Amino acid sequence: MNRSGKLNFRTLGLLSAVLLAMSVPLEIAATGYPVQSPAPGSCGTLTIAAAADLSEVMNTIAADFRAKTGCVVRLSTGSSGNFLSQIENGAPFDLFFSADFAYPKKLESEGLAVAGSTYLYAIGKIVLWVRNDSRLDVSKGLEALRDPAIQQLAIANPQHAPYGRAAEQALRNAGVYDALKDRLVLGENISQAAQFVESGNANAGILALSSALSGELKKKGHYSVIPQNLYSPLDQGAVIMRSSKNPQAAEKFLASLQSPETRELLAQYGFALPPLGAN
Amino acid sequence: MNWQAVILSLELAASVAGILLVAGLPIAYWVTFSKWRWKFLVEAIIAVPLVLPPTVLGYYILAGLGPRNLPGKLWQSWFGHTLPFTFGGLLVASLLYSLPFAVQPFSAGFENVDRKVIEASWTLGASRLETFFRVILPLSAVGVISGAVLSFAHTIGEFGVVLMVGGNIPGVTRTISIDIYDQVQAGNYVAANRTSLLLLLFSFLVLSVIYGTNRRVMNVWRRR
Repeated sequence: MNRSGKLNFRTLGLLSAVLLAMSVPLEIAATGYPVQSPAPGSCGTLTIAAAADLSEVMNTIAADFRAKTGCVVRLSTGSSGNFLSQIENGAPFDLFFSADFAYPKKLESEGLAVAGSTYLYAIGKIVLWVRNDSRLDVSKGLEALRDPAIQQLAIANPQHAPYGRAAEQALRNAGVYDALKDRLVLGENISQAAQFVESGNANAGILALSSALSGELKKKGHYSVIPQNLYSPLDQGAVIMRSSKNPQAAEKFLASLQSPETRELLAQYGFALPPLGAN
Repeated sequence: MNWQAVILSLELAASVAGILLVAGLPIAYWVTFSKWRWKFLVEAIIAVPLVLPPTVLGYYILAGLGPRNLPGKLWQSWFGHTLPFTFGGLLVASLLYSLPFAVQPFSAGFENVDRKVIEASWTLGASRLETFFRVILPLSAVGVISGAVLSFAHTIGEFGVVLMVGGNIPGVTRTISIDIYDQVQAGNYVAANRTSLLLLLFSFLVLSVIYGTNRRVMNVWRRR
C-alpha cells in the first residue's frame, strides 16, 4: 500500500465513525416507537392482505378493530392478483380482501379459503383523475381522453388488477380504447397507477374513487366518476384462509365490517355498500 | 413465450453493454491509474448501485426527473418527454445500475497488467493513448469482455427499477423480467415457468463462461 492508500483508510475510518455516531440516535428513535403489544385479553395477531384501493381506509378500520378487541393487525396492501398467487403458494394470511369477487371464490374452490366464507364487503367505483394543473376537462367523462394532449393514461394492469380490468372495459365501452391503447401505462396495482398521475408523469389516470378521496390525491387533483354502466360492477369480496391460525379473530374482523361506523367509513372512502344481510 | 419482451430485453442489454464498453473504459482507466487522494469517493459512487435498492433509483427517476421538478423540466425541454415510461428511461436507469458491473472488471483487468510493460511502452515513445490501445487493452481483454458480458447479463435481470418507472408498455418497457412477474400474478404458471427457465439457463451460461475464462476477474474487489 502506498501512502495515499493509508490516508484513504484513515479517512474511511473517520467516515464510518461519523456514520456510526449518526445511526445511534436513529436507533433510539426506532425503539422509542410505540410497540404493538396486545392489550389484555387479546386475541393475538391477524395478518390481512388487502387490495391496493383499500390502503387508506383499511388502516383506519384496522386501528379501530385493534382498539376495540386488542387484536394486533398486520396489513399488507398490493395487487389482488399478486396476493392470489402468493396465497396459492402458501402466503400466511388470515384474511384476504380482494378488489374483485372472483379471486376469493377461486381460493374457496381450490380449498385454500374457508368454504362459503366469501363476504361482499364493498363495491368499488372508478374515476377519471387529473392533477389540478391539468387543462383536461374531466367533466366530459372519458370523451375528454380524445384530447391529443394525452400522452400517457395510467391504469392498473388489467391482466391481474380488477380495477385495471374495469378501466379497460370502460374505455372500450366508451369507444376510446383503440385510440388510447398505445398510450396506456400500466401500474402494478391501482395505487401505482395513481402515483404515476400524481407525480405528473402520466397526464391522466383511471383510478379507484377510494384512492381519489385519500391523502395526496385528494389535495392534488380532481376527478369525475365514470358511469357504472360502462363496466361490470366491482364487487369486492373478502375470505378467511383455511390455513389461518386465528380464524376466530378473522371472523370477528369480518363481522366488524357490518358495524354502522365501518360502513360509514367505507362509504366516505367512495365505496358503494351491499345492503346489510346481503351476505 | 413473449418474444417481444425477450427482444426488448436483448435490445436494452445490448445498448447498455455497448455504451458502458465505450464510457466505462475511460472511467476504469482513471480509477485504476489515478493517484488522487479522494479517488475512493469516486469508487464508492461507482459501486453504489451494488448495494442501492432499485426502489431508490426508481423513486428518483419518477419523482426527481418527473415533469414537476427542475431536472425533469430540463430533460423534457431537451428531449420532448420525461424519462418514465420510455425506453430511454430504462436505458438511463440500466446504465447507472450496471455501471459497477462494467467498471470493476475493467479496472481489475487493467490492474493485472504488469506495470513494467506499461512503463516500457511509455519510455519507448508510445503515447498514453497508444499504450492504452496497444498494450493495456489487449492484456486486459478478459476483464473487458467480462465487464461487457456482466453488464449485459445484469441488465437482462433488472426488475425493480423497470417495475417502478416502466409503466409496463408492450414493446417499449415490458421487459422479460416484468413479463414473468405479470405471468405469475395472472396465474399463468406454465408460461412463467418457461420464461424463468430460459433466464435461469442464460444466467448460468453467462457466469460459467466468465468463471471458465478467468476466475480472478470476477473478484472485483481484489486489491494488490
